[in-house]
Amino acid sequence: MRAFSYERASTIEAAAKAAAGTDGAKFIAGGTNLLDLMKLEIETPTHLIDVNRLGLDRIEPTPDGGLRIGALVRNTDLAADGRIRRDYALLARALLAGASGQLRNRATTAGNLLQRTRCPYFYDTNQPCNKRQPGSGCAALGGFSRQLAVVGVSDACIANHPSDMAVAMRALDAIVETVRSDGTTRSIPIADLHRLPGDTPHIEHVLERGELITAVVLPKPVGGKHIYRKVRDRASYAFALVSIAAVVMQDGTGRVAAGGIAPKPWRDEAAERGLPNGAKAVTAKLLANAHPTEQNAFKLALVERTLSAVLAEARG
Amino acid sequence: MQSLGVLEISRRDLLVASAATVTVASTASLSHSQTNAPAAPQSTKTSFTVNGERRELQLDNRTTLLDALREHLHLTGTKKGCDHGQCGACTVLVEGRRVNACLTLAVMHEGESITTIEGLGQPGNLHPMQAAFVEHDGFQCGYCTPGQICSSVAMLEEIKANTPSHVTGDLLARAEVTPAEIRERMSGNICRCGAYSNIVDAITEVAGRKV
Ligand SMILES: Cc1cc2nc3c(=O)[nH]c(=O)nc-3n(C[C@H](O)[C@H](O)[C@H](O)COP(=O)(O)OP(=O)(O)OC[C@H]3O[C@@H](n4cnc5c(N)ncnc54)[C@H](O)[C@@H]3O)c2cc1C
Ligand code: SF4
Ligand code: FES
Ligand code: FES
Repeated sequence: MRAFSYERASTIEAAAKAAAGTDGAKFIAGGTNLLDLMKLEIETPTHLIDVNRLGLDRIEPTPDGGLRIGALVRNTDLAADGRIRRDYALLARALLAGASGQLRNRATTAGNLLQRTRCPYFYDTNQPCNKRQPGSGCAALGGFSRQLAVVGVSDACIANHPSDMAVAMRALDAIVETVRSDGTTRSIPIADLHRLPGDTPHIEHVLERGELITAVVLPKPVGGKHIYRKVRDRASYAFALVSIAAVVMQDGTGRVAAGGIAPKPWRDEAAERGLPNGAKAVTAKLLANAHPTEQNAFKLALVERTLSAVLAEARG
Repeated sequence: MQSLGVLEISRRDLLVASAATVTVASTASLSHSQTNAPAAPQSTKTSFTVNGERRELQLDNRTTLLDALREHLHLTGTKKGCDHGQCGACTVLVEGRRVNACLTLAVMHEGESITTIEGLGQPGNLHPMQAAFVEHDGFQCGYCTPGQICSSVAMLEEIKANTPSHVTGDLLARAEVTPAEIRERMSGNICRCGAYSNIVDAITEVAGRKV
């Protein structure tokens, strides 16, 4: 790990300002992703701003019947919250399907959204990787790509986003709230938070330098059956090969987002209009522009079958 | 450009090496003179409570909670397996909650209270979970055991507090202690020797007494 200086931020504004004004600065929340990558010198911040004591650890009702989740709410606490369990079960289920009890006790809402890919070549600093070292190439394209993305990919990068939580939030139309270094705030629909790789896979989201996530807002509950189905190589403590987050209404309409298959939570509102007609048509549209590798083409069929199983479960 | 790259690598290696061999104060000044890092200290005075005792340490910011416990406080009961959050051997309790000590910095725990396996119980005064692991042969080599025990003690508290898990059927019902729940909730603790079934038995016995 490279040396760095450390400060514990005491206000939101000071944290954002310090992050924008200090070369090589990064926020640290739970640290479960950042420290992992710093040990491998994939992340090399020279200054860490600890945002754990900013009071952003509350879950509060919003005036229009939704919930505002503080950026520092731990994954365990979010999944255990009575309102989340009752009205946003999809989110509780997605959180509980991720990582381990110990990790969820530290992992935060904002950190989970911004966690980086688990592409094996991103982690192996001896390999070319455009995300880790822009312009060096992509070892995954001709390599071991079984886990990686099939849609939203580019010739430069086929990494997938590893979060379970974010997939549920995408299906729930969550809004990410931030504060910028000049003190202004903005609200970013979760659909617009992450960027597709294109030819700049090292730029993963739309946040500006120093921009701090303060909360994630869930709109008022939509009802329906909430199902999160995660398919992985072992039954627990493993990242998704494919996951489906679905809200299915009595009449068969609903929402679907998929995880494990793209550089961001993958949802197509036009495709999901076909939900009453079953999984096949929805999947065909959702994956219309897929570019799988030989090794991960199985994910196309797996998405359809997982969605099919989810719809069967929803029908009871 | 080539030679610049080499130079930077050797600087970095020097830094890494220096952190291990020289005193904290000179590490900080060395790194300031040799990199463009901001002129801020790279070590921090940190105090927290470990097993009921207040400890104060001047630590390189890079020191994980795990290394602070093992290398600085010589509490070597907590083990380092993977050092990347993947095995659970380093599990300790921070403010009563189980965490991977390898993926958190010691400086982030200023003022907090930490419990390690040494604090749960000692020879002659075992914690019920320690006694149950012995009774049920819940280990073979024993390397994962301190992490398993710390994890299971906090895990039962999580069930008591009605925290759900991936295998909880009804999110609105009370969390229960079942073998399936124990297995899922303990999945963050890997046992290379495969003592899992005896570990589940040990935890089940303690849960029967307590929960
Ligand atoms: C072994 C292992 C297994 C895992 N399995 C899963 C899994 O199955 N599913 C899953 O979804 N995840 C999994 N994870 C990942 C885990 O969920 C993430 O590491 C965690 O959510 C990151 O949150 P954090 O608070 O620790 O982030 P940190 O590591 O603190 O930060 C991550 C990034 O977010 C930035 N950041 C943090 N807070 C803010 C903020 N408020 N504003 C702006 N930027 C911020 C940081 O600068 C950093 O770049 C696993 C991790 C490990 C180690
Ligand atoms: S897929 Fe992306 S992250 Fe993986 S090696 Fe290629 S460029 Fe790097
Ligand atoms: S040493 Fe911390 S999880 Fe393996
Ligand atoms: S007893 Fe050997 S690793 Fe668990």
